Amino acid sequence: MDFATFLIQCLNALQYGLLLFLVASGLTLIFGIMGVINLAHGSFYMVGAYMAYALAPVVASVFGGGFFAALLLGLVLAVLLGYVLEWAFFSFLYEREHLQQVLMTYGLILVFEEVRSLLLRDEVHGVAPPPLLAGTLPLGDVMTYPVYRLFVSGVCLLLALGMYGVFTRTRLGMMIRAGSTNREMVQSLGVDIQFLYRVVFAAGVAIAVLAGMVAAPVSSVYPGMGNTVLIVCFVVVVIGGIGSIRGALLASLLIGVVDTFGKVLLPQAAGVLVYVLMAMILLVKPNGLFKAG
Amino acid sequence: MTPRVLALAACAAAALATTAPALSQPAGKLKVGLMLPATGTFAALGAAIENGFKLYVSEQGGKLGGREIEFFKVDDESDPAKATDNVNKLIKRDNVDVLVGTVHSGVAMAMAKAAKETGTLLIVPNAGADAVTGPMCAKNIFRTSFSNWQPGYAAGVVAAKKGYKRAMTITWNYAAGNETVKGFTESFEKGGGKVMKDLSLPFPNVEFQALLTEIAAQKPDVVFAFFAGGGAVKFVKDYDAAGLKKSIPLVGTGFLTDGTLEAQGASAQGVLTTLHYADNIETPRNNEFRLSYAKQFKQQPDVYAVQGYDAAQLLGAGLTAVKGDTTQKDPLYYAMGKAVLPSPRGKLAFSQAHNPVQDMYVREVKGNENLSTGVAVQALADPARGCKM
Repeated sequence: MDFATFLIQCLNALQYGLLLFLVASGLTLIFGIMGVINLAHGSFYMVGAYMAYALAPVVASVFGGGFFAALLLGLVLAVLLGYVLEWAFFSFLYEREHLQQVLMTYGLILVFEEVRSLLLRDEVHGVAPPPLLAGTLPLGDVMTYPVYRLFVSGVCLLLALGMYGVFTRTRLGMMIRAGSTNREMVQSLGVDIQFLYRVVFAAGVAIAVLAGMVAAPVSSVYPGMGNTVLIVCFVVVVIGGIGSIRGALLASLLIGVVDTFGKVLLPQAAGVLVYVLMAMILLVKPNGLFKAG
Repeated sequence: MTPRVLALAACAAAALATTAPALSQPAGKLKVGLMLPATGTFAALGAAIENGFKLYVSEQGGKLGGREIEFFKVDDESDPAKATDNVNKLIKRDNVDVLVGTVHSGVAMAMAKAAKETGTLLIVPNAGADAVTGPMCAKNIFRTSFSNWQPGYAAGVVAAKKGYKRAMTITWNYAAGNETVKGFTESFEKGGGKVMKDLSLPFPNVEFQALLTEIAAQKPDVVFAFFAGGGAVKFVKDYDAAGLKKSIPLVGTGFLTDGTLEAQGASAQGVLTTLHYADNIETPRNNEFRLSYAKQFKQQPDVYAVQGYDAAQLLGAGLTAVKGDTTQKDPLYYAMGKAVLPSPRGKLAFSQAHNPVQDMYVREVKGNENLSTGVAVQALADPARGCKM
């Protein structure tokens, strides 16, 4: 591998890591901070991708807007979806055992897949990036790099900064962190913890849906796509330390590097390298890189 | 001999003549067990196979070899872990005469094992695992689709004929991918080329960027890819977006561009693939089939529908030879093995190991169709390595 190729691979690793963070950060909120094992997280990602595919033509014909208008509408719908789901299902789960959380969220996966199949069938779809970002940049003598991938990385960085800011610098973030440590105490201090959790959950769903929508043009849209990202999302949260946004970002980047270089240098072992990384980190730091609280 | 005795003898002979077929023709319907995916990623493929199978049966007036057909269905979910249970439901509970399935190779292997153990007739209408007609081959196991080796081998012939010398291959690291790549390498190197490097990533990972960078660094003359479904869409789009399509031609097996063209859009234009079927085979047989399928199911048939249709044709050919009597196993299998079917894809015969011997087409993507530009290899037969029969 010459130096130029090495640099391009580093860019690939960074870009993949950031994309992972985008998908996993919603899970950090729901699993990491609220403590609910949410297997349906991948389904929210899928919902987002299918929204990017199905909403764009609707938005274009009604509002005349393009990709970004669809993105905005998708986010609004996602917040509503998250809010309703929390009210209808998840609010009963906080006090229950993890097994019951797993069962219910697994059930949600099946429901989402079936509804998707009924509404939009089982074909594979592509989503075109917005014309503004459809170009490519030359990279080396043969390769080009799609501008849209850089845009995705930008969105991830903004999201990471935004989440970090909200959690460490605002009163809302303080209440959420306090709530994750001791729910009853925060409630007795006069904070409406139920509403607060509903908001956090809605935000977690919205981020997953945003990830799906933003990733749709680079990942294409197909049945079962959520399940493939689900496992790696859990790996990110576990490596990063449960509830830590900083940790999730660092874990995503680490996985990006290991996965990218693993595929090139050790192709036969590429499938397990990420899990080897997880095992090694957990051996040294059983609570992950940065455990919150 | 008096005329009276003669008359009696004639009567007896006549009676024998009429009762004999009635004796050898078992009463009741022929039980066909369809084990196909009805849910999951391969659901659409399962539906196409079932449609194709039923289309042929209905064209024959609902009967094959004079027997009415009764279907028993199990959704295999493309889950190898449940495959043995599922196939036993059909063999032991429903007592089917014939098994038809499936799409997923892992599930098909479990079916082949069960078929071998119980002696139930099995027709595989898609799964390409080489082993089904290789080490697992048996006189009661047939396939109407392809072995993974076949389209790969044809693609190697095409690439070598184009004069490419240095190739790289890329696929998921699993049986179908590796077997296909082996076929490609075999014929490409026989044709004077050299495979510089095999790239692979774990199934069903779709993050190709690192490997595309590797391709750009090595600059081969041609890239051979095996992917299917969502992965195929993403690979073809990423390959184009990375700027590689302009300088390094992409060759693949048909699955790279089958059922995915709407999603791949402009990125797939001009990609060459090899398969045993193309959308524009201009024969009366194919046109008739496409029209009939479109009329009945309100959609265009694909390669999977053809494979299902041919599974029914193959069963029909065997049953006709034994007049519907499935207890005459050896004559039934012999007739099926020797059958030459008028498939929509062209003439379809079978090898010693019961795998199709068929023309492999070169197809080029134009618009939303895989258009045949000719035949890559005529009557290509799988070498059936490991088959002892």
